[in-house]
Amino acid sequence: MSTVDSKTVDALNWVAPKRDPGALGRLMDNKMFLVCVCLFPALGLLIVFLTYPLGLGIYLAFTDTQIGHAGEWVGLENFESLFQDRIFLNAVWWTVAYTFFATILKFGLGLWLALLLNHHVPFKSLIRAIILLPYIVPTVLSAIAFWWIYDPQFSIISYVLVDKLHWMEHYIDFLGTPWNARWSLIAANVWRGIPFVAITLLAGLQTISPSLYEAAMLDGASPWQRFRFVTRPLLMPILAIVMTFSVLFTFTDFQLVYAITRGGPINATHLMATLAFQRGIPGSHLGEGAAIAVAMIPFLILATVFSYFALGRRKWQQGSDND
Amino acid sequence: MANVSIRAVRKAFGTTQILHGVDVEVEDGEFVILVGPSGCGKSTLLRMIAGLENITRGEIAIGGRVVNDVAPKERDIAMVFQNYALYPHMTVRDNMAFSLKLAKAPKAVLEQKVGRAADILGLGQLLERYPRQLSGGQRQRVAMGRAIVRDPQVFLFDEPLSNLDAKLRVNMRAEIKDLHQRLKTTIIYVTHDQIEAMTMADKIVVMHAGRVEQIGAPLDLYDRPANQFVAGFIGSPAMNFLNGHARGGMFEVNGVRLPLPGGSAGEDGRPIVYGIRPEHWELSDSGVPATVRVTEPTGSETQVMARVGDTPVTCAFRERVMARPGETIHIAPAPHQVHLFDQQTGMRLN
Repeated sequence: MSTVDSKTVDALNWVAPKRDPGALGRLMDNKMFLVCVCLFPALGLLIVFLTYPLGLGIYLAFTDTQIGHAGEWVGLENFESLFQDRIFLNAVWWTVAYTFFATILKFGLGLWLALLLNHHVPFKSLIRAIILLPYIVPTVLSAIAFWWIYDPQFSIISYVLVDKLHWMEHYIDFLGTPWNARWSLIAANVWRGIPFVAITLLAGLQTISPSLYEAAMLDGASPWQRFRFVTRPLLMPILAIVMTFSVLFTFTDFQLVYAITRGGPINATHLMATLAFQRGIPGSHLGEGAAIAVAMIPFLILATVFSYFALGRRKWQQGSDND
Repeated sequence: MANVSIRAVRKAFGTTQILHGVDVEVEDGEFVILVGPSGCGKSTLLRMIAGLENITRGEIAIGGRVVNDVAPKERDIAMVFQNYALYPHMTVRDNMAFSLKLAKAPKAVLEQKVGRAADILGLGQLLERYPRQLSGGQRQRVAMGRAIVRDPQVFLFDEPLSNLDAKLRVNMRAEIKDLHQRLKTTIIYVTHDQIEAMTMADKIVVMHAGRVEQIGAPLDLYDRPANQFVAGFIGSPAMNFLNGHARGGMFEVNGVRLPLPGGSAGEDGRPIVYGIRPEHWELSDSGVPATVRVTEPTGSETQVMARVGDTPVTCAFRERVMARPGETIHIAPAPHQVHLFDQQTGMRLN
């Protein structure tokens, strides 16, 4: 037998040698050990950066801590005084209204945009990129842009309406009167929130099989009926998720309002988040600020519970998907 | 019920030509199957009949009425989709009743029509279920029920069985054929599976690359394919093709000589394709020698993959052949079952 042949035979008879995994190897095979090792980083981060600040915030809400002055436990005193406080009650009312109107507008316009983009339109991907633009601009930057748009002297809106179109006599005082300021903030929030709604709903729309629309078309459904009987029910699950997130984000909004109005004029546009900051940090009453922040929790839990039921798997979603 | 006329129909998506002038006449009550490999334009043609695609040129008439500019819902057709397209959020009952509901049919009519369709298809127990709770075959039946409820002039089926497993497919094949025999509605059915086409159709339209290759009854296509494409597409296992020449009244390939049918040889030296179906080889001591590569006994027949000279051939014998790989058997073609095609054009010669 030549050397080449014996080499070939050796190669064909080769078997992977059995290796001893060693103590570490065996430990890594232990499921409990692995679970603990893998969970540790995530749990550590959550405890340090989430649980501790949250717990501290709740604790502070029951003290009269001020900046530079370690407080004492005062029980519900902070909350009792807040419920007598017109500015706080006004902020609660305004936070709810702000969330309500901004959400309705965001979803109305966002769904409309998503439906539009779900059709075959020219330059589709370019339009999608443009729509995402408000979302990728840092909030504070867009707030400054809105600041200029809403400026009493240099507002482009006033300029167009008064000087160009001659539809109005006087420049609009966007941020100087309470209701103007409120609607201006809602407009800014809607502008900023639409991309998130439009893009996620568009993703939802694209999961609906086109053949369902074709079947509906053959069944005699008009475009409105196709929306009502096919799109709407099939979009509901994702709509509920997006709505929940949108409500949570809007309710806890801080940046936009603080950057544009700082809660003014005469505290008319204070959201609970901006008021909490205002009282806690510049006002140095940490305990009171924390109490305002803690007062948001019941509203957020309510929104989450609502979405839990709205998100519950509908009967038609149960069963297998093997079509 | 209605006839369907497809006249010189062309379809282009941008500059891409999908259909290059298709003519098909579908008689009233006929079961016509459009069959061809994927990409041949058969589904596009069906969708044009349904009104889901525009007609670039030519015209389509249903029941004598040209429907080029008629909306899908006014064409009086019903379609069964490949993925069934059942509304996932509606029960079986609501899925079937949807078209009637949109047409504002009275409740009694609705109940009666859905009930009748459910009876025909054996869906009575499933009316309150949602599509996700059904098996593939049941979903398929609901999709057909939705079509039946509408009492259309024409049923369109777009590869309705391709998502089912092999056994269910055979059952549903029989069910659809039975349904057609009971309802006697015109059916146009698209499939890429030639067995479905052979077993179900009154008339088969074989399509290839946007053209109609041949139209005819299943057995006519099997017995007298008009060209090499149809010959190779219809029949399973596929027809054997040997490329060679006619010489002295015989067919010659690599020194192997095979008999030509009925002396219709064409002139000497002409390059021809010799087509013979696997089941038309016979074991014969006077036949040509073939080296066995693989034998596949299926019980009812034995398929043998062998080589005649260098050319691989497939044979299917009714008798049980016990040849082992490497052994030589002698096979001969049944002469009157031989198909001859032109090597250039692929057209039938005999």
